[in-house]
Amino acid sequence: MYGKGILKGLGVTLKRFADTYLDDISWWMQGKKRYFTTEGVAHRSSKNTRGIFTVQYPEEQLIQPEEFRFVPFLVHDGDDKKDVRCTSCGICAKVCPPQCIWIVRTNDPNTGKPVPQPAEFYIDMDVCMNCGFCAEYCPFDAIKMDHDFAIASYGRNVYNLDKLLKPASYYAEIRPLNYQKEEDARKAKEAAKAAKANAAATPAA
Amino acid sequence: MEENKYEGLNLPNYNIPEDIQNVVSVTTIDRLYNWGRRWSVWPLMFGLACCAIEMIAAQTARYDMARFGMEVMRPTPRQADMMLVSGTVTKKMLPSIIRLYNQMPEPKYVVAMGACASSGGPFKEGYNVVAGIDKFLPVDVYIPGCPPTPQALIAGMMKLQEKIDKQSIKKVRWYEKGKVDSNYVPMPILGPDLIDVRRAEEIEAAAVKKEGA
Amino acid sequence: MTAPASTTTIDLVSRFPEFVTADTRPGFSGFIVKKENLVEVATALRDEFNFDLLSSVTGVDYIADNKMEVVYHLHRTTGGPGIVFKTQVDRVDPMEVPSLIDVWAGADFQEREAWDLLGIKFTGHPDLRRILLWEGYEGHPLRKDYQEAFFEEETKPFKSRWPEGHHTYAEFKNPFRDNIKLPENFKLDNYQPENEDQLYFSLEKSSMKHTSENQMGTDHMVVNMGPHHPSTHGVLRVAVELNGETITSLKPVMGYLHRNHDKIGERNTYLQIMPFTDRLDYFNSMANNFGYAVTVEKLMNIPVAERAEYIRVIMAELSRIQNHLIFIGMLINDLGSMYTPSLYAFEERELILDIFEAVSGARMMCNYFRFGGVVRDIPADAMQKIKDLVHDRLPAKTDEMERFLNENEVLVGRLKGVHVLNAEEAIRNSVTGPVLRAAGVPYDLRRADPYSVYDRFDFDVAVRYNGDMYDNYLIRFDEIRQSLRILEQALKQIPEGPINSQKPQYQVRVPAGEAYGRVESPKGELAFYVVSNGKPNPYRYHVRAPSFVNLTAVETMCKGTKIADFVALLAMLDIVMGEVDR
Repeated sequence: MYGKGILKGLGVTLKRFADTYLDDISWWMQGKKRYFTTEGVAHRSSKNTRGIFTVQYPEEQLIQPEEFRFVPFLVHDGDDKKDVRCTSCGICAKVCPPQCIWIVRTNDPNTGKPVPQPAEFYIDMDVCMNCGFCAEYCPFDAIKMDHDFAIASYGRNVYNLDKLLKPASYYAEIRPLNYQKEEDARKAKEAAKAAKANAAATPAA
Repeated sequence: MEENKYEGLNLPNYNIPEDIQNVVSVTTIDRLYNWGRRWSVWPLMFGLACCAIEMIAAQTARYDMARFGMEVMRPTPRQADMMLVSGTVTKKMLPSIIRLYNQMPEPKYVVAMGACASSGGPFKEGYNVVAGIDKFLPVDVYIPGCPPTPQALIAGMMKLQEKIDKQSIKKVRWYEKGKVDSNYVPMPILGPDLIDVRRAEEIEAAAVKKEGA
Repeated sequence: MTAPASTTTIDLVSRFPEFVTADTRPGFSGFIVKKENLVEVATALRDEFNFDLLSSVTGVDYIADNKMEVVYHLHRTTGGPGIVFKTQVDRVDPMEVPSLIDVWAGADFQEREAWDLLGIKFTGHPDLRRILLWEGYEGHPLRKDYQEAFFEEETKPFKSRWPEGHHTYAEFKNPFRDNIKLPENFKLDNYQPENEDQLYFSLEKSSMKHTSENQMGTDHMVVNMGPHHPSTHGVLRVAVELNGETITSLKPVMGYLHRNHDKIGERNTYLQIMPFTDRLDYFNSMANNFGYAVTVEKLMNIPVAERAEYIRVIMAELSRIQNHLIFIGMLINDLGSMYTPSLYAFEERELILDIFEAVSGARMMCNYFRFGGVVRDIPADAMQKIKDLVHDRLPAKTDEMERFLNENEVLVGRLKGVHVLNAEEAIRNSVTGPVLRAAGVPYDLRRADPYSVYDRFDFDVAVRYNGDMYDNYLIRFDEIRQSLRILEQALKQIPEGPINSQKPQYQVRVPAGEAYGRVESPKGELAFYVVSNGKPNPYRYHVRAPSFVNLTAVETMCKGTKIADFVALLAMLDIVMGEVDR
């Protein structure tokens, strides 16, 4: 019969339409909130999602996986922006594919020797390609990829040190697993160092 | 000035005293006008590169830009309010973009989506890449990211809505006398390289300087 | 590594002792043919040795030796390793090399590209115009002595970034304060820009006229579609000559997204190219990563961690599924039914992209592969999600999509019986991928020249035989099904273990030599040709993009069809402009 295929297709559409409301009802019967809850968004991103698929940004937001990367930021320990992790070793600037990282190394005014702290640090966010190499190859866990994507602005975006620095607590919040792993590794390293210093005669484990 | 006294009325979330909150509502022509415009920003259907895919994704079910009145992609510039420059602007493509922009009626907005449109991005050093559409068109909102995720794009669109909110009908360029064509951009020439005719004199001078050197 | 070397045991030297010599440079392979006898050797390779598929034509500028080299890669559609031969010409303009367009029509666009970017003149080519840049452009950018306006240093990393990296815009270093470079003594007053006569002349030349004496003579009309066009999949422009509604001649005009991948690639370090490959075919960054990683691993001669091989296959096949789903959704868009099917397709794509995001950090630009493995292991929750999708959701949704569209009378009416390509035309035009398979040639690199661990999986090469649009559409479903089969096996077989055979390092050592690595991307044969001189940056980096080469056939495909079918026919090739223009 001519038109059977079209009707079949329309059946699929109708089913999808009905699914939305069936799910609404079943959630309501279970006394769960389907919209504007993390649970609801998680369900809509799972294999069981059917019917409505929309995540109504900005009221609700997709659940970002830990590894999500947008633009880089610099990590500082403590509350003020003095205790910067970056040692201005320049690896991020070397590995950056579009070469959008600019670092000025601090020199000791008395000796003229380099001090492990950046004097200036710029990232041209309008050139950055979000590849994540800087965070991947930083040996000091000083530069990380941010989760904050709502950074549109009315002008060009060249971030300086002040704008790039974010506290380690923020980093721990967006990437708890990675943070824990790095902290553990650091503690283990420090412990090993201490053990080595204490018992210089015995070989370190 | 008498005018300034009422300026606060134009800003969003103007506070009405509590006791009369259910009795009156305060609005101005500006707010009405901007309310209408902010919820019906029709983009030009126009994709350039990778970012265009994220732009399409933002139109689809999961992000659904229709919630912002921005789903009506207009293939013709004459019906579009906003040009979403979504991707790398190359020198070869630029004349077409400028032609489209010139055909768009006022009020018109330009959003540079992604690193490439903002400044050339990772391809900035390339010989065929324009280092940012803002060299030619007035950009209203820059959205960093390569590519910006659909959510980041929507965040950028909200930024544009905020900009629209702050405009006043009395000051906008499209109602000012003699300023109708102020945003006309002359077509660049594809010569030995891209030539911006607005800078013709400068280019000649630079070429002469080279001659002397 | 299981990928076989691309050299063969064919002894071309004893067949043509006078004008063929073996390439004996360390790390190089293949043969060097005297350019005077190029056509003769090529014809013999095609007819006697059965190398029917011209995979790639490209040039390399060996400025130190004062030579320009043209490199040809050939393969057999019956499978097996390929053969490479080269010809050299003195680096003095005009550098003339005979065109091989009469032997393989697929050489058309690739030779034009070599002319455009390297300035190698292919004598006998009927339509040797610039292809990616515009007529009148000054210089050939891929020559080693060409420097672009924002040129800073020969190689990255630039010294100005560290330790004295005071931020400045590239514009400030250029006399024009912009990405512009003009010839000396350039005067705007008496400058006449080139017009597009050559393009329209080439249309005229290749058009077939349907005038007869007893009919009224009608004028042919030239229509330009694009570059701003809703349905040409990006910024492709096509100049079409029409007789009424019938296409009599057609020329694609590209380069509107030419982002200079090759030139930037020569400046990048090997690792830095990886995120740039993401942006070639921006639907399938995983497949592009795969191709590039395979090529450089071949050059470095390093093994890939066992678990990483499986992760790679899983990612590449997921990528293929979402690409084909989008193809189906967008095809219906192109046929004029806006949105609903593509919305459904995008839904599944979003779920797959969620996996990519959890694994690599980004939805589209994954940058996930490293030489010797991948960046990180698949997190446990992402692994669960992959299993959920592969075992439950995607098979069901593929069925639903078929139920939704396959029998739709309008769709069938538009697609069935509209001829795309037959096998002979497809091979002659170097078309690869689903289009070739829909024409009845079971040529799939995962079987024909297995790379990675594809030889361990049990799957069929999807083939259909009619070569019409409906077959081209159905073969996408077949491929999704086969990909799901591979995924199921890969998920079962994936071993535990390290995910990289190498230490993480940002500067890899690559010995001198050349490598041509190819993978079956969802669009066709994606290959990279990399020449190394032992330095941290490649000497030459060339992408053999399937979309670009497949587009060679568009004229053959569309001549004589109605203009209304043109957009759908173009959709069949599944082109992505990021890859066409690079």
